[in-house]
Amino acid sequence: MIINGVQIDNTFAEAFPMRATRVIITAQNIKWAYHAARAMSGFATSVIACGCEASIERELDAKESPDGRPGIAVMIFAMGGKGLAKQLETRAGQCVLTSPTAALFAGMRDGEPIPLGKNLRYFGDGFQISKRINGKRYWRVPVMDGEFLTEETTGMVKAIGGGNFLILAESQPQALAASEAAIEAMHKIPNVIMPFPGGVVRSGSKVGSKYKALSASTNDAFCPTLKGQTRTELSPDIESVMEIVIDGLSEADIRTAMRVGIAAACGRGAENGIRRISAGNYGGKLGPFLFHLQEIMA
Amino acid sequence: MTALIFTLATELRQRVDLSPLTPDSLAGKSIEEIGATLLQTGNRQRRADEIFVIEGNDTSHIKVQNSTAKLDYIGKGMTHGDLYVAGDAGSYAGMSMKGGNLRILGDVGAYAACEMKNGQIHVQGDAGDFLGAALPGNKKGMQGGIVIVKGNAADRVGDRMRRGAILIEGDAGCYLGARMTAGTVAVLGSVGEHIGYAMQRGTLLLLQAPSSIPVTFNDCGTHTLGFLPLLLRGFQEFETRFGALAGSIKRVQRYAGDMANLGKGEMLIAV
Repeated sequence: MIINGVQIDNTFAEAFPMRATRVIITAQNIKWAYHAARAMSGFATSVIACGCEASIERELDAKESPDGRPGIAVMIFAMGGKGLAKQLETRAGQCVLTSPTAALFAGMRDGEPIPLGKNLRYFGDGFQISKRINGKRYWRVPVMDGEFLTEETTGMVKAIGGGNFLILAESQPQALAASEAAIEAMHKIPNVIMPFPGGVVRSGSKVGSKYKALSASTNDAFCPTLKGQTRTELSPDIESVMEIVIDGLSEADIRTAMRVGIAAACGRGAENGIRRISAGNYGGKLGPFLFHLQEIMA
Repeated sequence: MTALIFTLATELRQRVDLSPLTPDSLAGKSIEEIGATLLQTGNRQRRADEIFVIEGNDTSHIKVQNSTAKLDYIGKGMTHGDLYVAGDAGSYAGMSMKGGNLRILGDVGAYAACEMKNGQIHVQGDAGDFLGAALPGNKKGMQGGIVIVKGNAADRVGDRMRRGAILIEGDAGCYLGARMTAGTVAVLGSVGEHIGYAMQRGTLLLLQAPSSIPVTFNDCGTHTLGFLPLLLRGFQEFETRFGALAGSIKRVQRYAGDMANLGKGEMLIAV
């Protein structure tokens, strides 16, 4: 399959089951909502070492947000429910409770409820106040700038992590430009996040390592500097590869995001040095969800 | 299906306990069976069809017409459906209600919504003493749901209230929120003396400052509280003027009390 001169490999991305939640952070203005949201989703690129994968899903205007202030939707993914609950609580407590004017609300009602402000309320040292509004329980925790308002729980649902595709280009700037175009398009898709810095990862990994302590190591088959040194997947004209990893609430969400992202990357075309689109195929070692590139782009 | 209508056909000499006439207790009964329902009045019991003309068949939509203040316990313990009272209601209207809607076109007597757990009560007229309170000797008053009073409310509104919201669009009497342990009581009009007496927790939201603040309530300053717009927007789905205040109440003066008790209640006065 060729799109705009870019070859779409006959391969698939391999993804695995996760648990996910969404929260909404509001603040006095969008700047402070972003401060809290960026802090909360920081150091959350990969479950390999961060404990969770998190990112900003989208902005909410004042009409959409629960308290009528500008807001940000943040999604957090983890390998299990307990881990997700722990990450959520830690990040909410250290990044949103602490952030001036921020309030924190549930971003999904589906699935199993997990604590949001349920335990954070104890920061109030007995001065916290509960309010039940339209069947939802909120906590008002006194803090030095006024009150931290938070909902008691948010929903946790089954989700999928590790959807991905690779952009193979003739040069590093061209690979990055195509990746940026893909991410810009994918940010318009709901229910997905791209958790790596700027949505792009340059250090794609393979499962396992020669070192027993490591569960993942560099994807040498796609490292351009190793073309003559390992069993490479790269042709001589490929100088740089970048990966976009997608976590989503469903297979359909990930497929949509991949289609939009690949189309945007291919939009740069062969004339801009984009040669191939491939994917992280780990031969079934990574997970049960397979996203065939050519099917998605058909 | 047409609404089940009870039209009061006699002048009552004694009070009548109307608690058997709820959507729950009448469900599945024929009009003959409904007419044979025994109602306690004074020291004896009378059939419902001796007191009311009964029409209709939809037991989940009940109307009481020509209602008077001698009809007590209207909607007691109901869990679903609509109960519409054209006229006044006696004492204990909506007592221990667990769901559904009770709408009273006139006034209600004492202990309306007492120990209510859920649902909605709408009073077009005035409410008597102990609205949303606990029965004497009991520790928990209203524990959920919403009560809207378009007129005035008498004394001891929300006495020992535990959860839920009471919205009074007129004035409220003395001892508003006395012994409250949680929940929200809001008043658009004036309030009487001894507000929040022995209050432990909960919120009293006032649009008009009381004539005097109890000495056991301490001033915590003027604040913009994030939960208030959320709370008031939550009332927009109900037929009350409080929903329209979501954009207008910006700041409140906060008093904490009753310091002679637990002291974790609050009186919020719009400024």
